[in-house]
Amino acid sequence: MSEQHHSHDLPFWRKYIFSVDHKVIGIQYGISGLLFLLFGFCLMMLMRWQLAYPGQPLPVLGNLFSEKFMVGGIMLPEFYNQLGAMHGTIMVFLGVVPLAVGGFGNYFVPLQIGAPDMAFPKLNMTSYWVYFMGGVTMIASFFVPQGTAQSGWTSYPPLADIATVGQTMWLIGMVFLITSSLLGSVNFIVTIVQLRADGLSFFRLPFFVWAQFVTSFLLLLAFPPLEAAGVLQLMDRVAGTSFFLPSGLVVAGKPLTVSGGGNPLLWQHLFWFLAHPEVYVLILPAMGIVAEIVACNTRKPIYGYKSMVYSIVFLGFMSFIVWAHHMFLTGMGSKMSAFFQITTMIISIPSVIILTALALSLWGGSIRFTTPMLFATAFLPMFGIGGLTGLPLGLTASDIPLHDTYYVIGHFHYVVAPGTIFALFAGIYHWYPKVTGRKMSEILGKIHFFFSLIFINGVFMPMFIMGLAGVSRRLYDPMQYAHAQPTQPLNVFISICAWSLGLAQIPFILNFFGSLIWGKKVDRNPWESTTLEWSAPSPPPHGNFDHVPQVYRGPYEYSVPGQKHDFWPQDMAQEN
Amino acid sequence: MTKYYGWGLPYNASAYGAEIDRLIYVLHVFMILLFVGWFAFLLFTLFKFRSRPGHKAEYKHNHFKAPTYLEVGVALFEAVLLLGFSFPIARHVRALPPKGEAMEVRIVAEQFAWNVHYPGPDGVFGKTDIKLIGPANPLGLDRSDPAAKDDITAINQLHVPVNKPVIVRLSSKDVIHSFFLPVMRVKQDVIPGQNIPVWFQAKASGNFEIACAQLCGLGHYRMRGFFIVDEPDKFSAWLAKFAPKVAAPAPATAAAPVVPAV
Repeated sequence: MSEQHHSHDLPFWRKYIFSVDHKVIGIQYGISGLLFLLFGFCLMMLMRWQLAYPGQPLPVLGNLFSEKFMVGGIMLPEFYNQLGAMHGTIMVFLGVVPLAVGGFGNYFVPLQIGAPDMAFPKLNMTSYWVYFMGGVTMIASFFVPQGTAQSGWTSYPPLADIATVGQTMWLIGMVFLITSSLLGSVNFIVTIVQLRADGLSFFRLPFFVWAQFVTSFLLLLAFPPLEAAGVLQLMDRVAGTSFFLPSGLVVAGKPLTVSGGGNPLLWQHLFWFLAHPEVYVLILPAMGIVAEIVACNTRKPIYGYKSMVYSIVFLGFMSFIVWAHHMFLTGMGSKMSAFFQITTMIISIPSVIILTALALSLWGGSIRFTTPMLFATAFLPMFGIGGLTGLPLGLTASDIPLHDTYYVIGHFHYVVAPGTIFALFAGIYHWYPKVTGRKMSEILGKIHFFFSLIFINGVFMPMFIMGLAGVSRRLYDPMQYAHAQPTQPLNVFISICAWSLGLAQIPFILNFFGSLIWGKKVDRNPWESTTLEWSAPSPPPHGNFDHVPQVYRGPYEYSVPGQKHDFWPQDMAQEN
Repeated sequence: MTKYYGWGLPYNASAYGAEIDRLIYVLHVFMILLFVGWFAFLLFTLFKFRSRPGHKAEYKHNHFKAPTYLEVGVALFEAVLLLGFSFPIARHVRALPPKGEAMEVRIVAEQFAWNVHYPGPDGVFGKTDIKLIGPANPLGLDRSDPAAKDDITAINQLHVPVNKPVIVRLSSKDVIHSFFLPVMRVKQDVIPGQNIPVWFQAKASGNFEIACAQLCGLGHYRMRGFFIVDEPDKFSAWLAKFAPKVAAPAPATAAAPVVPAV
């Protein structure tokens, strides 16, 4: 192919750095996302020291921090709040979304639909570099005077409006990240609509592509309000406006000289109008990955493919009208809260359908317990716990004592950490052979899996007990409150589990890099899978396919009676 | 104090707290039953259909009717939760008791303290003005207002009588706080620019605490107050002790003894 020749002529920096190839961009997104996940995890491990042993100097590492962050190894509340705000921001906007959408989406959507690239390759490159700028801004914000943002990842004004200069950096960083997501989402939508291979109708799309398709609409429609809100908050901070500041504020004993007349709740509405769909941006690609891996490793079609597709579309739609369940305690009227309680209960139904369908897909299969399958299987009960514990938070009455406690932290981390991040690990183990042409080690993979599963539950399960006891989140020193003291031993336990969870990632890191050199070489389809990405060479060349793919059937035709093999690829014309 | 707090829900000293607690228990029993049943099914399936020599997968797309019933069951259960529990409880918790019946108190939150303002014997809150706010007058109470002369202020301690409905009117001077009384099952965001009432009725006396549940800055973790539920006579004695000396012509700052921060 002439395209292929063309790519060989490109200089290094065009081929691997400012590349327009969706696979290189996917890898760039993936590596950046993984590094940010590690960084965000390290921030959390620092916080866990202060929570387990409040006010005690952090051994060894404590001396490496400047007086701005730690004094004599003892963490300052300023630093604790910075760590909290940035852990959330980095994990969500710089870690999981770039890895799930930017990384997996970019690399595998074009391959799974049989396209040579994304619809707009240059836009794709722009999207990555805008994201990169956002990441650099966020990291740089640690080094401005008084440190980075410290008003939580939610940045509620007026606190965020009157915060130190790091908050301005946070807002600028967010504008970059949102812009990047918008560019990416338009590209995905056009690619999926326009570039599907011949014969690949919408109901023959792999579930992963459907998930990315719905996710792109969420990004496209939910992010602009937050971008607007971010600009408004920026104006409040630098241009003296008062979008979120009411009149008559007195800060530290002195009246605040602002024009006033604004409303702090406006920010919360705009923020959660994004941030609730954002939860589904985090979870839908994970569901897509799990569906692919479950189908492949049970050697049978997934249960109820069409109901899953309808459910995910409905889920995407509903995610736009549940946002105010994050705001039940802001004093909203009972009619409003009744509406949002009803929508919140309704949205649980499609989630239950998808989870049930994935679990029932196992029935009647011939299950191979490969490392990706272990992670994908663990996703089901972990996401299940996350979903179930949303129930007491979605009803206003039971939300009263649980709101803003560790119960909430446990709930959403079960959704995104042992939920989404496990699915992302599953995806890495599953598709690594396609990207590199080599398999990752199964032994290291299983060590990684079992220790991660144990310790991650050790981290999040005790949080439900703490939450029921009423321990609030974002407390620099939990020992200050009488009602938080009895659960302090749990804090120590959680911290030890969190650090152990960190150690449990070492086999993954070794495996990830070591398999590049020592991994077993594989050809196109090592898992004997049916979807289109497996009929391209491993790794796929520039332009992806060495033939023009033609699709004849649905995505999960495993164990079809009368076939010689137990998988029937989508693009295979004759019997297999 | 720790006798009220442990690893489960805190001690319930609230008249309506039992309803909230019951809902939380119902939900957790339901969640645990559903999860255990579902998880057992998952483990059984994983074992039964493990890949082994001679075992083949079945080619089936839709081989169960049960999920439809499960979905309908879940939807019905959620409807029961909403109509049978959440809506009625929320209505009860949100509906303020009639004015004459309840004691009223204002709380003005600031970084990082709770300013408590009682209307005094006349039952009318005196005027406040942000221009008067100073170290000795954190509420900015205008003592020249006749209604303000008998007002009682305190910092970080809320005293209420037992078995009497109390309406707390919440506002904030600076940022968003959240007024949390763990034993009373009360939590309400305090939004600057708004005046939000919340009510409760203590059914047991004791020495409890006020917590801030919304990140409000560096001192958020120590924005702790005392919440003291007294027998009516002890409460009256406390009020009398802290009542300002009405007769004295008051210089604006030193009129009311302000309970020092603890």
